[in-house]
Amino acid sequence: MIELKNISKTFQTKEGEVRAVKDINLTINSGEVYGIVGFSGAGKSTLVRMLNGLETPTSGEVSIDGIRIDNLSGEALRKQRKKIGMIFQHFNLLWSRTVLENIMFPMELSGISKEERTKKAQNLAELVGLGDRVHSYPSQLSGGQKQRVGIARALANDPDILISDEATSALDPQTTDEVLDLLEDINRQMNLTIVIITHEMHVIRRLANSVAVMDDGGLIEKGPVSTVFTTPQEELTKRFVSSEVDNSQTPDIQQITADLIKKYPNGKIVSLKFHGDQVKLPIVTEMIREFPDVTMSILEGSIHQIGDQQSAIGTLFVQLLGEPAEVEGALDFLNKMRVETKVINNG
Amino acid sequence: MGEQGLASYFQFNNVNWPNVWTAAWETLWMTVISVLIVAIFGILLGLLLYQTDGSKNPAVKVLNWVVGFFVNVFRSIPFIILIVLLLPVTQVVMGAITGAKAAIPSLVVSAAPFYARLVQIAFNDVDNGVIEAAYAMGANSWQVVRKVLIPESMPALVSGITVTAISLIGYTAMAGAIGAGGLGQLAYTDGFQSYNNAITLAATVVIVIIVFAFQYLGDWITRKVDKR
Repeated sequence: MIELKNISKTFQTKEGEVRAVKDINLTINSGEVYGIVGFSGAGKSTLVRMLNGLETPTSGEVSIDGIRIDNLSGEALRKQRKKIGMIFQHFNLLWSRTVLENIMFPMELSGISKEERTKKAQNLAELVGLGDRVHSYPSQLSGGQKQRVGIARALANDPDILISDEATSALDPQTTDEVLDLLEDINRQMNLTIVIITHEMHVIRRLANSVAVMDDGGLIEKGPVSTVFTTPQEELTKRFVSSEVDNSQTPDIQQITADLIKKYPNGKIVSLKFHGDQVKLPIVTEMIREFPDVTMSILEGSIHQIGDQQSAIGTLFVQLLGEPAEVEGALDFLNKMRVETKVINNG
Repeated sequence: MGEQGLASYFQFNNVNWPNVWTAAWETLWMTVISVLIVAIFGILLGLLLYQTDGSKNPAVKVLNWVVGFFVNVFRSIPFIILIVLLLPVTQVVMGAITGAKAAIPSLVVSAAPFYARLVQIAFNDVDNGVIEAAYAMGANSWQVVRKVLIPESMPALVSGITVTAISLIGYTAMAGAIGAGGLGQLAYTDGFQSYNNAITLAATVVIVIIVFAFQYLGDWITRKVDKR
């Protein structure tokens, strides 16, 4: 278990004091995938670097499984760091070493025999799908392959914790998903605690169980991913969530919406949000049967699974036409079925 | 004594070739030995400059300043003056002030600070992310130097020592003029002072070949170690 208590960090710069992290309290359970999301400069990197002592808090306590990390130094700190793997946005591989030698690097630091580390590095290379590229140099690999090497290297010392610092931010969407799949497998197979920092809500949705939102050094919201995705409280969190699950703001859809409003000035543009098992129910069909005089045009719809795939969130963006009383009745019906409705344009 | 027209360059019957080969061997020997010593001291000094740079600790700051100051001073002294300046030191260290052996201290003192600066630049160019990754994996400072800093800057270290070696060859010739032996001395005493231009030309050609050989070897190793 990772515990952060009242963590603050202040940097002295020429322009004066910068408070990078402000009074953060956070508990991360063992085996959990914990996402920390925020824009760049929000303090995420500084915060996670306290877990392996690359940064020390100005005040507050960092402990892992009851051991204080923030006041470790020298050999004790290095020993602790070997139990924490880390992967980076720019991979940070040694270009002078082959794939195999890069994976062996942490084991060399731990003084594992050459024979043993060669064997283990080979196994790890196979685990990440690079068994046939072990003698290549990083410059011969694609971005996704480099990150796979980074992951294999991070696992070399059998860590308890894996820190991912924007590990997919330099990758294209498809490669990102491949790397996320790999991390998901690793979390499941090795029961590793994974701490992810990212600015992409997609990564959180795909991988994390819990999420914390950081803004300007402070923690503004935290909780299980399914809760934060379905009922975000803070404005910034809402923006992050809708950037991932709400596709209704693309220029194409806005154009069609504008056309429809012009054509049917009395229609109501409504966004419907379905949570959990609601996404599997024929709620809209029932509504139309109840209110047969209401006409509906679908503008956009999507479903996203959340976190451990136990939960889902669906959005439907529609125009409703008909007698005002009928349309109101339809909306009431949806509300009664606990569908979240939001009227975007009243006609 | 031969004639002094342009034709004098080509009176190769006046050249004592065994002397040329002996001198070439002395030049090579002086260069190789001093390059080896310069490489060691240069990397140590460069590492010191790199590690002490940007520190907030006042003692370390002073150390960085002092080392940087001496590096700059010895880099600024013209070589011919440095040899004369170091004569007493050479006498104490090498027990002689003439011959190839006696040239080594001044060659090292002049070239090591130059190479140290190149080493510092090479280390500065190593990706900070990779160094951070090594520390995150539990490396100590010595492991970072040995396993990250030096291997990751190897192409720059090799091309730096190549440049240094070539200027060292130039310095050995100057040292030769005041008694260190080698092709410089051959060209000066047997060539210039004996009015024997063919020897001067022979010495020139041999030294150019040596320079080219070092350059070629350096470039080849640089390419070999660069896996970027």
